[in-house]
Amino acid sequence: MTNYHLQENLAVSDSGFLFHASTGETFTVNETGKTIIKLLQQKKEKEEIFSEIEKEFDIEAGLLEKDYDDFINQLKNFSLIEGI
Amino acid sequence: MNIAVTGLNATDNPGPGIPVIRSLKDQKKFSGKITGLIYDSLEPGIYMDDLVDNYYLIPYPSSGLDNLLERISYIHKKEKLDLIIPTLDSELYGFVKLQPKLETLGIRTFLPTLEQLNIRGKDKLFDFCKANNINVPKNILIQSQNDLEKIEKQFKFPVVVKGIFYEAYIAQSFEEVLPYFNKLKTKWGYPIIIQEYIKGDEYNVVALGDGKGGTTGAVAMRKLYITDKGKGWAGITIKEKTLIDMAHQIIEKTKWCSGLELEFMKSKETGEFYLLEINPRLPAWVYLAPQAGQNLPAALVKLAYGKKVKPFTTYEIGKIFVRCSWDLITDIKKFETIATLGEW
Repeated sequence: MTNYHLQENLAVSDSGFLFHASTGETFTVNETGKTIIKLLQQKKEKEEIFSEIEKEFDIEAGLLEKDYDDFINQLKNFSLIEGI
Repeated sequence: MNIAVTGLNATDNPGPGIPVIRSLKDQKKFSGKITGLIYDSLEPGIYMDDLVDNYYLIPYPSSGLDNLLERISYIHKKEKLDLIIPTLDSELYGFVKLQPKLETLGIRTFLPTLEQLNIRGKDKLFDFCKANNINVPKNILIQSQNDLEKIEKQFKFPVVVKGIFYEAYIAQSFEEVLPYFNKLKTKWGYPIIIQEYIKGDEYNVVALGDGKGGTTGAVAMRKLYITDKGKGWAGITIKEKTLIDMAHQIIEKTKWCSGLELEFMKSKETGEFYLLEINPRLPAWVYLAPQAGQNLPAALVKLAYGKKVKPFTTYEIGKIFVRCSWDLITDIKKFETIATLGEW
């Protein structure tokens, strides 16, 4: 299973505003996205992230897997994340 | 202290004069006077109250340096200028040539040499970058109509067609090159520069060289909003060591004496930075630098006075500038006086 780490210099605010300090790019994410990013910043693995998300949000396991993969792909497309 | 500044044309293609003056006046200890040197009685900076103490029309550089010197001598007699900060590309060669005469009058400047100005010229930049291992888009100089055939042989389209002093256009095909070529040739003369088109995002650095190879400060910015004239209308300070290191390298190699702006493109394909231009003066967005912690115009003044300036090493990341349009309402008196007497 691939784990991911976020690019350095990526700041996320409590409102879900992302600022990539090296490129000047900015993004907004929803509550779930913000939680995932904060967990990735803490270098949590996928199972731990899923466990935290299931605790915090009302979401089916199957849907979580799909939405998580979609979100990770978006982060990859914006070069905000790398697989390790 | 009376500091004269040019470039008060705060238009949609703004000169750096107003942000330079705002930077100087932001210093808590600043108690000097500012004299605005203007080319037109409708330069918007004239009508910004409480920013400039007095204004004088000066002749365009194209009217000859003797005229310019005569006018500056007149202004100096009335105002006792201590320092002139020219901020426009088109006037720099003239002021650099006048530098010894200005010094004789007792007016300081802090300007690059003619050699330094030439090294970064659009027709010389490629060679400078190659000699110093700096990424630069491939380019060729078109010196005559006959050289046009080189374009299709040496480039893939699109290409950038640039005038020797100003203006650049993206041509998608050889047929599109021709009207741009003719327009630039008529306006600015030869050579016309054909440059490889790098697809990516624009980044800029404002920096100050101490004239001995040292960098007094450097701030990197990414443009967030670009007008249809290609001017940055909003930008944000960023943390990108590669850009700051390149600024230090360029200043060290050229022993740059003055402010400068570096324009980069970060290739979407390779992620590498390519140097597009070295502009030989502080840019119109320079007011972002003091707001982020590096008052480069104020440091330039200290260097011009021969003072030692401790180099800036950090700045605040994520500081944003956003330009705006704001109608200034003024009485006809000021306009009338400047238009008729050439001073206020």
